[in-house]
Amino acid sequence: MSFLPIFEQHSWEGMAERINGKQAADVERALNKQGKRDLDDFCALVSPAAVPYLERMAQLSYRLTRKRFGNTTQLYIPMYLSNECHNICTYCGFSVHNKLARRTLNQQQILREVEAIKAHGFEHLLLVTGEANRTVGVDYFEQVLEWIRPYFANLTMEVQALDQADYERLIQKGLNSVLLYQETYHRDNYRQYHPKGKKGNFVYRLETPDRLGRAGIHRIGLGTLLGLEDWRTDAAFVALHLGYLERQYWQTKYSVSLPRLRPAAGVQSPNVEVTDRDFVQLICAYRIYSENVEISLSTRERPAFRDHLLKLGITSMSAGSKTEPGGYAIEEEALEQFEISDERTPEEVAAMIRRQGFEPVWKDWDSVLG
Amino acid sequence: MKTEPLHIAGHTFQSRLFLGTGKFGSNQLMHDAVVASGSELVTVALRRVRLQEQEDEVVSHLQIPGVKLLPNTSGVRTAKEAVLAAQLAREALQTNLLKLEIHPDPRYLLPDPIETLAATEILAREGFIILPYINADPVLCKRLEDAGAAAVMPLGAPIGTNQGLQTRAMLEIIIEQSGVPVVVDAGIGAPSQAAEAMEMGADAVLVNTAIAVAGDPVAMAEAFKLATLCGRMAYEARMGSVRKSAEASSPLTAFLGQE
Ligand code: SF4
Repeated sequence: MSFLPIFEQHSWEGMAERINGKQAADVERALNKQGKRDLDDFCALVSPAAVPYLERMAQLSYRLTRKRFGNTTQLYIPMYLSNECHNICTYCGFSVHNKLARRTLNQQQILREVEAIKAHGFEHLLLVTGEANRTVGVDYFEQVLEWIRPYFANLTMEVQALDQADYERLIQKGLNSVLLYQETYHRDNYRQYHPKGKKGNFVYRLETPDRLGRAGIHRIGLGTLLGLEDWRTDAAFVALHLGYLERQYWQTKYSVSLPRLRPAAGVQSPNVEVTDRDFVQLICAYRIYSENVEISLSTRERPAFRDHLLKLGITSMSAGSKTEPGGYAIEEEALEQFEISDERTPEEVAAMIRRQGFEPVWKDWDSVLG
Repeated sequence: MKTEPLHIAGHTFQSRLFLGTGKFGSNQLMHDAVVASGSELVTVALRRVRLQEQEDEVVSHLQIPGVKLLPNTSGVRTAKEAVLAAQLAREALQTNLLKLEIHPDPRYLLPDPIETLAATEILAREGFIILPYINADPVLCKRLEDAGAAAVMPLGAPIGTNQGLQTRAMLEIIIEQSGVPVVVDAGIGAPSQAAEAMEMGADAVLVNTAIAVAGDPVAMAEAFKLATLCGRMAYEARMGSVRKSAEASSPLTAFLGQE
């Protein structure tokens, strides 16, 4: 059993039509519904017909989020371990053809980064790499988890897709959570964005959350890269995927992210524009569709916009991020994956969260919880 | 206004309102709400506490005279993880009290009865004062009591839903049968529902979301304080039974002894 046969029951065009055919009455029905909303409700909520309902969606999203997650916002920080990559992804600054200083952190460098990160009080860490399986493979990840496990309450990875057995090894070493974005569910166009390397295998990537679920991971993060294909259609596939996973791997928690394509050296500019208004509609639609899904927000978005989004359904955000390996403690030589937009320090972000009446939560897990 | 004190394994509580401390907009607000609620027992999630550090921010805001901490194991999925978490909590927070909470389902946070019973058996032998969070299952409550639980905490409705006493029929049986205090936990969304649970004969209620995300958490904490007290007073005053259907207006048994 995997998501593939379910995915294959839906064509891209069919999903797009389903969304574009929604009327105001469908949106009203989705908003007024008591209990769990289904895929059709989600299609209505991301449809153009829902645009005039944005304020109502935001109010509902706010209420649902507070009820489930309280008046709190979880803080995390990414740590880039390596920018080595053998793949070409047309939207990414780490693509193999880009001329940039490549670096993979060793133990001593990692511990220096850890020290700098811990000085801010972070307990939830996101580890990021490109895809260079020989140097930055499972053995390396195992090593890294061993080195840093004592310092953090919760460890998440955003690295290449792996096999189930590999995930099982990493979970043994204390890995709590994996983020793996499909980038786009448009199967035909996926190939064009990923002309070289293992990431070009659409199906292997699509079935990765199944392998993670079977391996018993605590949390899986889904998402698409906003700016590649029609965001409404892609989002509906995320909703389909999420609904499937929630039933299949019921002990796993899920999160969604909404990375919006940002400029970086040597990458293509966005194919489709995703406006701030679209972005807000998307957050609210995810929240109303799933009251329990975590929604996280990165520093790709600009400060003033992030501050407003805080109330709309976001449950966690990164702060003070650097997107190059060694960015926290070792001086900058390598190039970043994408430009960050919110350059405030973690302390400034925490103060902003407090000003909005929320408690910034640094720790919401513990390594003893497995 | 005094009601009978509540005893749980040698600890005495005047207040029958327990508070959960997650979800507050700030630690100060959490502190102020606890004070306003008059609660003497407040839960603290192990996962929120920095165990290695001397001064944890959450814990330091809950150092209030007369208020005891009830560590909870929220986040664990198995009995094995729960035992480990309990031992750490005891060491870090210096208390034998434990709210045992095992929910492998991260969405509705519904408790696992099998793992909870297994963990209770182990932890009772290790001297913990265990208050297990469980579904409103009367047989399970008796099994937990036999295994050494100091109280039982059946849910009124799924956590955070504010739906009130959806499990009322089962709660009534649990209260009737229990040899240990019954604390109605989860789902209580309004002071009137807290009063309702107390009128039914629950020994205490635990409230979190309804206070933490209220427009004015401190005022809401006080409202729950009064409602809980009110319900308990009514219970102790032995309410007249509420008639569910009309009775025949002319007596049916008056003929007896008339011959
Ligand atoms: S997205 Fe990942 S795999 Fe693709 S080029 Fe960038 S780092 Fe490499």
